[in-house]
Amino acid sequence: MSTAPADEIWITGIGLISSLGEGLDAHWQVMAEGADRAAPIDTTRFAPFPVYPMAPLELDKQIPRRADQRQMETWQRLGTYAAGLALDDSGLKGDLDRLSRMDMIVAAGGGERDLEVDGQILAGLAQGADETFLNERLINDLRPTLFLAQLSNLLAGNIAIVHKVTGSSRTFMGEESAGISAVEIAARRIRAGQGEVFLVGGAYNAERKDMLLSLALGHMLWQGGDVPVWARAASGNGGVVTGSVGAFLVIESRAHAEARGKRPHARLASVLSGRSRRKPGEARAVAERQLAELAPLLGSEPLAVVSGASGLAAPTLEERAFHEGLIADGRVAAVRAPQSWIGNSLETTFPAQVGLAALAVSRQGFYLPKGDAAIERPFDGAPRQVLTTSWGFWRGEGMALVEAVD
Amino acid sequence: MGVTRDHLGRPVVAITGMGVVSSLGQGIDDNWAALTAGRSGIHRITRFPTEHLRTTIAGTVDFIFPEEVRSPVLSERLAHLAADEAVAQAGIGSPGDFPGMLFMAVPPVELEWPARRDLFAAASSAEGDAYDRMIVRALQENDVDAYEFALYGCVADRIADSFGTRGSPVSLSTACASGASAIQLGVEAIRRGDTDAALVIGTDGSIHIEGLIRFQLLSALSTNNEDPTAASRPFSKNRDGFVMAEGAGALVLEDYDAARARGAKILGIMRGIAEKQDDFHRTRSTPDGSPVIAAIRQTLDDAGAGLDEVNYINAHGTSTPENDKMEALSLAAVFGEHIAGIPISSNKSMIGHTLTAAGAIEAVFSVKTILEGVIPPTINHDVPDPSIPLDVVPNVARAAPVSLVLSNSFGFGGQNACLLIGAEPA
Repeated sequence: MSTAPADEIWITGIGLISSLGEGLDAHWQVMAEGADRAAPIDTTRFAPFPVYPMAPLELDKQIPRRADQRQMETWQRLGTYAAGLALDDSGLKGDLDRLSRMDMIVAAGGGERDLEVDGQILAGLAQGADETFLNERLINDLRPTLFLAQLSNLLAGNIAIVHKVTGSSRTFMGEESAGISAVEIAARRIRAGQGEVFLVGGAYNAERKDMLLSLALGHMLWQGGDVPVWARAASGNGGVVTGSVGAFLVIESRAHAEARGKRPHARLASVLSGRSRRKPGEARAVAERQLAELAPLLGSEPLAVVSGASGLAAPTLEERAFHEGLIADGRVAAVRAPQSWIGNSLETTFPAQVGLAALAVSRQGFYLPKGDAAIERPFDGAPRQVLTTSWGFWRGEGMALVEAVD
Repeated sequence: MGVTRDHLGRPVVAITGMGVVSSLGQGIDDNWAALTAGRSGIHRITRFPTEHLRTTIAGTVDFIFPEEVRSPVLSERLAHLAADEAVAQAGIGSPGDFPGMLFMAVPPVELEWPARRDLFAAASSAEGDAYDRMIVRALQENDVDAYEFALYGCVADRIADSFGTRGSPVSLSTACASGASAIQLGVEAIRRGDTDAALVIGTDGSIHIEGLIRFQLLSALSTNNEDPTAASRPFSKNRDGFVMAEGAGALVLEDYDAARARGAKILGIMRGIAEKQDDFHRTRSTPDGSPVIAAIRQTLDDAGAGLDEVNYINAHGTSTPENDKMEALSLAAVFGEHIAGIPISSNKSMIGHTLTAAGAIEAVFSVKTILEGVIPPTINHDVPDPSIPLDVVPNVARAAPVSLVLSNSFGFGGQNACLLIGAEPA
């Protein structure tokens, strides 16, 4: 993907909510200026797993109708809320004409279950209830609205209903890969004239045992306290701490933004997805190829990196070695790992990182080191280019380059 | 990227391979024979007990696995079989080395009842709630399949591995429009020149007890259980809901010139695509049909096709009271007086609603309709709905030359996706 000025892609809106707080100022103040986070890590409610919970939100601010709120489960409320923030930030909220042509790519998982109902049914089955017991209980106990909250594409549906985004609408699934592909395909479509303005992002509610159960089956989760990803990776197999996050980006062609007089946070110079089967060294090989593809776009200054390191030992140590090589070569100045702050939010991880990269570019600064000073080296001054990476906890290698617009 | 361009100066997208599995059978030949004979694949559910259910019929695909398996295992298998057929027909690449990207519509996944039940039964801990206990048990197990098949990216990842597709596979869901969305993503990628070829698949093997009950609770399913083959009645006055079904459809899409250059047989052309999100309600369409109307009109514009060029419509036609009324109203609004002369049929009358797979399966059948010059009927059409004055090709297949097909796919969450599929030459 080249970046001739005529087909520049601008990030003009960012909506971000997490345990750190709501909005760009809150994230900047905590991650760059050392302010207190809105919600501390929760190490008890989901023990043995710690979780970064969502900061308190006033849902009415972005989802004014209570009837709409009631039709959603938590992950959809978080996403609809973050989408509203992004639209506010981009100046497109309520611009019905442009919203009717705005395309949407949502990266989503799905299904929040009714744990109480599940527990009652499991207890009944364990007591030897016959086969038809399951049918009977499900028919009587499942709520119809819950099903709609479980459909992956119903976050997009709710965003359309609440915020009137009504161009095309696609929902990608598949953990971190979904978020990478969402941003990548939106950027490619804009560059090819297959759309001018996109709403891209996702939401993840980490405060749910059903997802923790699925991840526990893969032995992916960290057990312990609030430990930065590098330290987690250095301890046995390490582990992922999941976090509740909502992240949406408004990205548009430069021409579309200029026509409405909007200045961007940053330019999205390139987005690359990749995949490996995760044999040792394979993810690094993907990253090497991606970086080589970006090489023509890179300036002379060493890069600031917003890393997708998850704390899981194998990929995190591999990524760390990759960055240490680049630091030694003078190509990377400093690395920051947002998952040490807000946790892993699966599909939402990558859009959130692109948002944080763009925020750093626009605020002309970088985030505070957290943990291991050998990799989280000091960074003073204003980064012109920020590289963000993904080394998903299972699959999902990706890279994006975000840069300052003069 | 070759030199042949469409009316907007874009590369032309050819279809060079197709594959399908449905409750009617495996492979295009068996499916086509059944479809044109007006045979239904709907039957009584035997996969799980149906006591207490209002709906006891479905178009499950039961001939692949003798026992109930995890839904994603069946979805993956169905996709694999359909893709095998499509890739073989296209004669592209070599086994395990497909020279293009993968776009795949897959059903949402989660741990299912058998897995939950096993974890709970094996739990030694009595502390906390049921999930606490299952989590303790999960941490003691090392079942890679149980873990990976509960990941949303797993099915496409395994297909990508098997077929050797390029890049990161895209798994997507736009509810019952998913299959069409997968095709649209492939068309867009080829038009951009990102890839010369794309393997696009819609698959759904997700009929399990809870899935069926969820749709039942939304009152979306037919309860015409007495004669399963007569339950799906798209556009009929006595239609009362859709019939859940399983299957997979796969297509190989290629840059037209690249396909010609390697001597591939071109089966059809993806002439136009469009999509329009509805903002009215989570399960209902805007009453005036405007988003569906917009989706159809934008598709015609995308293809540069006139109203009089469309000579068959492969309807979404679910057999729900709401869908069929809205679809008929929208088609009449777009096509005006032309609508009387355009045959419209619903494959779902025979294969049921294959949900995530529907758009892809019905695209395959649309191409087949062009190639064979035979329009599959809408069966079970004994009581016409006077409010739907369409030529629905009732009950019996019809021989007719077809050169341009509109295929509709609509889904919960306001999804409206349309395809215009044309005959070769482009």
